Amino acid sequence: MTHHLDGNVLAGALSEVFASDVTAARGRCAGCGQTSPIAEAMVYTDAPGLVARCAGCDQVLATLVDAGDRVILSLAGLTAVELRR
Amino acid sequence: MRARPAWHVATVTETRQETPTAARLVLDVPTWPGSVAGAHLDVRLTAPDGYQASRSYSIAASAPAAPGTPGRVVLAVDEVPDGEVSPFLVHDVRVGDQLELHGPLGAFFVWRPGEDDRPVQLVGGGSGVVPLYAMAAAHGAAGDETPFRLLYSVRTPADVYFADELAALAGPSFTLDLVWTRKAPDDRPGPVGRLTRESLAALTVPADQRPRVFVCGSTGFVETVAAWLQELGHAADDIHTERFGGLT
Repeated sequence: MTHHLDGNVLAGALSEVFASDVTAARGRCAGCGQTSPIAEAMVYTDAPGLVARCAGCDQVLATLVDAGDRVILSLAGLTAVELRR
Repeated sequence: MRARPAWHVATVTETRQETPTAARLVLDVPTWPGSVAGAHLDVRLTAPDGYQASRSYSIAASAPAAPGTPGRVVLAVDEVPDGEVSPFLVHDVRVGDQLELHGPLGAFFVWRPGEDDRPVQLVGGGSGVVPLYAMAAAHGAAGDETPFRLLYSVRTPADVYFADELAALAGPSFTLDLVWTRKAPDDRPGPVGRLTRESLAALTVPADQRPRVFVCGSTGFVETVAAWLQELGHAADDIHTERFGGLT
């Protein structure tokens, strides 16, 4: 079994992109439609970057690559994110 | 109040052994804004050749900077053998050394006094107790009367993090239950073995009281406990989880 953590570990990297904490936000999976906190996604850190997958269906929700002077973020597997003001 | 995460330079003011495999680090951080109980931070190390590695650690305690007084952050770091960051923090860091921190981080696995009057059940495995200790300490410091209960699964008495502090917090609104997975205390012999669904049910706030539950530990521990909690009737939305590594 590949080792994974969870979306809490994304807080630092995502804080460089978003104005407020996104880990407590709920996201909707493009694969199965499940809505759950980003903190509960399964996060794989052994890829060249961070890969967040849906805990329900394994769909890749987001990838985040730190390339030194740039950060490359894909949210292709999230059809919606609900942020609290 | 929600502090914006930022980069900080911290100076180590104290290191001590926390358990046979973990160190407690006390840091002065002149720019630290304070943090909510349960929050974490990233520690970034830079090698002489510019290579950087960063890892997340829960904040055990912190105080914001005030005029004339630097902020203070307390971490407890468990050594991951062959890790890139933790062996340095456990064995090599000395008083006066500087570390780069990014934080405070995380708005999901946190507890604030007065937010909710439902009881709180904390479930920690090994070093996963660190953010739960922060919550219990914040609950105690605030004089919050929300019932708190901590179930702590740990190998042996020597492996208990913040043992004295947790014992001192126990009282009418905070109950500490320990499950020994390898060895019980000599003066209080008791059952030894992994947490089971039955002992989880016996030593936690029942689901019909609708507690908010916070579970932190290794990925395997968290997923096992979270599944049992749901089987015991707790709603998925009431169970907050945080998994930690074994990350090298």
